[in-house]
Amino acid sequence: MSWILIVEQALNGLQFGLMLFLLAAGLTLVFGIMDMINLAHGSLYMIGAFLASTFVALTGSFTAGVLLALPATAILGMILETTILRTLYERDHLSQVLATFALILILNEAVRLVWGSDAALPMPAALSGPVELLPGLRYPAYRLVIIGVGLAVALVLYFLVTKTRIGMLVRAGASNREMALAMGVNIRWLFTAVFGAGAALCALAGAMLAPLFAVQVGMGENILILAFVVIVIGGIGSIRGALVGAVVVGVVDTIGRAFLPILFGYFFQPRVASAAGPAIASVSIYLLMAVVLYFKPKGLFPARG
Amino acid sequence: MQAADQLFYVSFASRVLIYALAATSLNLVLGYGGMVSFGHAAFVGAGAYTASILMAEGVASAWIGWPAAVAAAAALAWAIGAISLRTRGVYFIMITLAFAQMMYYLVNSMKAYGGDEGLSLPRRADIGFGLDLGNEVVFYYVVLVLLAAILFLLHRLVDARFGRVIVAIRENEARAEAIGLPVFRYQLACFVIAGAVGGLAGALLASHGKYVNPGVLHWIQSGTLMIMVILGGVGRLWGGVIGAAVLLGLEHLIADYPLAWLERLVPNYQQHGNLGVGVVLLAIVLFAPQGIAGLLSRRRHA
Amino acid sequence: MLRLERLRKRFGGVVATDDVTLEVAAGEVHALIGPNGAGKTTLIGQICGSLASDAGEVFFQDRKITGISQHTRVAAGLARSYQITSIFRRFSVLDNLALAVQARSGSSFSFWKPVRNETGLFDEAFSILEEIGLSGKKDQLASTLAHGEQRALEVGLALATRPKLVLLDEPMAGMGPEESARMIGLIGRVRSRVAVLLVEHDMDAVFRLADRISVLVNGRLLATGAPQEIRMNEDVRRAYLGDEVAA
Repeated sequence: MSWILIVEQALNGLQFGLMLFLLAAGLTLVFGIMDMINLAHGSLYMIGAFLASTFVALTGSFTAGVLLALPATAILGMILETTILRTLYERDHLSQVLATFALILILNEAVRLVWGSDAALPMPAALSGPVELLPGLRYPAYRLVIIGVGLAVALVLYFLVTKTRIGMLVRAGASNREMALAMGVNIRWLFTAVFGAGAALCALAGAMLAPLFAVQVGMGENILILAFVVIVIGGIGSIRGALVGAVVVGVVDTIGRAFLPILFGYFFQPRVASAAGPAIASVSIYLLMAVVLYFKPKGLFPARG
Repeated sequence: MQAADQLFYVSFASRVLIYALAATSLNLVLGYGGMVSFGHAAFVGAGAYTASILMAEGVASAWIGWPAAVAAAAALAWAIGAISLRTRGVYFIMITLAFAQMMYYLVNSMKAYGGDEGLSLPRRADIGFGLDLGNEVVFYYVVLVLLAAILFLLHRLVDARFGRVIVAIRENEARAEAIGLPVFRYQLACFVIAGAVGGLAGALLASHGKYVNPGVLHWIQSGTLMIMVILGGVGRLWGGVIGAAVLLGLEHLIADYPLAWLERLVPNYQQHGNLGVGVVLLAIVLFAPQGIAGLLSRRRHA
Repeated sequence: MLRLERLRKRFGGVVATDDVTLEVAAGEVHALIGPNGAGKTTLIGQICGSLASDAGEVFFQDRKITGISQHTRVAAGLARSYQITSIFRRFSVLDNLALAVQARSGSSFSFWKPVRNETGLFDEAFSILEEIGLSGKKDQLASTLAHGEQRALEVGLALATRPKLVLLDEPMAGMGPEESARMIGLIGRVRSRVAVLLVEHDMDAVFRLADRISVLVNGRLLATGAPQEIRMNEDVRRAYLGDEVAA
C-alpha cells in the first residue's frame, strides 16, 4: 500500500467532497432559512448536467457550455420556487416531502421526454491527461481542476456569507427566521435569490462531475442522500458545516471504499474479508453519521443553537 | 374469465393486500404517530431478506421464517429509532432516509445472497395444516387473515392507552412531555411496532414473488409507501388499505389497458407513468391533503 | 420545597438567567414579577426541565433534580403551565385532562383495553374539570374554547398531574376582569395543597395572592420579600413598578 495510492485517494475524496459541498451549501440554506425539506434539489443537479451537455454540444466549448448551464438552471430553480415550492413553506414536513418527491418524479420524466434516459458530456481533451504533482505522483488534470473550482467557490461563498450585507441577511435568516422577519428582512425575495444560487451551484457540480460519472436520469437521487448526510453531520443552516461535512464525507467514503477491504484482508480470513469489507465500506459514511448524531444531534455546526 | 386470468387476479389481489399491510404499518408511525419516517422500506426489506435467507438456507417453515422476519425488522427499527428519534423535524426525515439507504447498500453488497441481482427462492414458505401456500387462493386467504388481524389490533391500539398517548404526542409533543409522558419511549415503541409489522409484510412479499432484491429497500419504495398512506388517508384506519388498492390498481390499469387516445397525445405514455403519479401526488398534497379516506368520510375528532 | 441555586443561562451573547438563587416553601404562593424580557419564562423552563441550564442547581424537596428529564420531574410532582396556551387542540376538554391523569397513573404501554372503560380516570378528570369551572364544556373540542376558557384548561392540565408544586406562567394573560377573578379564585382554592410559583404581570392578582414576591430584571434577581416590602423597595419601583402602585 504505497503512500502515492493514499494521497491519490485522499485527493479523490477531496474532489468528491468539494462537489458535494456545492450541493449541500444550497440545500442547507433552504433547510435553515425556510425550514423546508426539498427532495427536488438533486433534480436540479441532474438538470444542470443535462443542460450542460446540450450547451457544450451547441457551443463546442466545454467551458462555455458549463457556464451557460449555471444561469439556465438558476432560472429554472427560481421558477420552481416561486410557483410551487413557495406554497409549501407553511405546510408540514410530510407535505413537503411528498410534494418534492412528486417533483422528482415529474422532473425525471420530463428530462426523459426531452433528452432521453441519458446524455453525453465528455471530458475536455485538454484536461484529460495526468499532471505530475510530485515525482512519482501523477494525478488526472481534470480532477485537479475540479478541486480548484470547488475551493474557489468555497472561498467566494465564504466571502459572500461573512463579509457582505447579503451574506449577513442570509445568516440571520438561517439562525433565527422569526427574528429576521421581525427586523424587516424581505425574506421572500432573499430566499428566491438564495434558491437560485443554490440551483446554480447544483448545476456546476452536475456539469463538472458529468465527465467522470454518467449523465442519466435518476443521478440526482443518489447524490441527494449523500448531501443529506453531509448536512446532518455539518449542521443545518451552516455553510461552514456544509464544507466540513462534505469534505469529511467525501474523504471517508473514498478512502473507505479504497482501503477498508484491504484492511479487512489483513485482519480477517479471505472469505469474511471479501464479504464484509466492501459492505462496511459502502456504509462507512452512514456509520459516521450515526456516531456524530449520537454525540451531537444537531450536527457539528448548527446555525441555530 | 380464463383460469390463467383468474389466477393472475388472485395473485394480484394478494400483492395488493401485502402492500396494504406495509402501508398500514407505515400509517401507524406516520399517520397516528406523526413521525415522518422516510426509511420504512428498510424494515419491509429486512423482513423480506430475513425470510428469504432462511429459506435459501433450507428453513422452509413459515412458523420460523416469518416470526424471524418480524424480529429482525423490529430489532433494526429499535436500532434506527433509538438514534433517529433523538432528532426532530427535517433532521429526522433525512436521517431515516439515510439509514434506509445504508441498509440498501449493505444488502446490495451481500454477494452471498444475490447482491444487486437479488435472490430467487425455490418455493413459498410452509405453513403446515395441510395448506399449500403455492396455491394462489390459499395464499390469498392467509394474507387476508393476517391483514384483518393486524387491522383489528390497530383498531384496538388506537383506542387503548398507547394509542391515545401516541396521538397526543403527535398533537403537542412539548405538552405531552410536560404532563409527564416519557415521549421518547413511546415514540420508539411505536416505531418498533410499525417496523415489525412492516417486516411481516416483507416476509409475505418475498414468499409471494419467490424473489427478493435490494430494490425492496430503496428509498423510492419508502416514497411509494408514503404515497399510499397519503392517498388512502393519513391517520385513518383504512388509509393503508385504500392507498395500496388505489395506487396498485391504477398502476395495473395504466400498464395493462392502453388508451388509444392518450397514446396519440403522449406517445409511449405507459413508460412515463411516473409523470402521472407525480402530477396526481402533487395535486393531492396541494389540494386534498386528507386523502381519499378524508374525502369520503367527515373529519373525525382525534 | 423548591430551591434554585445560582442558575445561569445564556443564549449567544445574551445572559437570560444571571446567577439566580430562589426558594419556594411548601404551601406558599411565590410570585415572580419583572418587565418583559426579564427572563421569567426562561427560568421556568430551567426549573421544569425543558431547558438545560449552563450552571447552577435545582433542588426539589431536597433532591437535586438538575439534569433530570422533564417527565421525571412531573412524576415527582413538579408541573408547569404555559404562557402561550399549549393544549391538545383536537382533543375534547375532558380528554385533555384525562390524558394528564392517565400520564400519572401507571404505564401507557397498554395496547388492548379501550381507555374509555377506565371510569376512574375520567372521574378524576371530571373533578378537575369542575375545579377549573369548565364542567359544562366537557365534550367540546379544546380548539373551540374561548381564550379565557383555554387558559383555564391550560392551568387544569398542570393541576391534573397532581403536582406538589406548580409553575404558572402568566395564567391570566389576555384575560378580562371576570375571567381573571375566576383564575384568582382557582389559585386561592388550590393553594392549600399545591405550592405555586406564579409568574404574572397582573399586579392586582399578585398582591392579592402572593405570600412572597421575587423581582427579576434582565435575568437577575433584584429583590425577594413580603409584598409590602417589595412595594416599598426603591430599586423595584424604579426598575419595574413605577409610581402607580403607591401604598
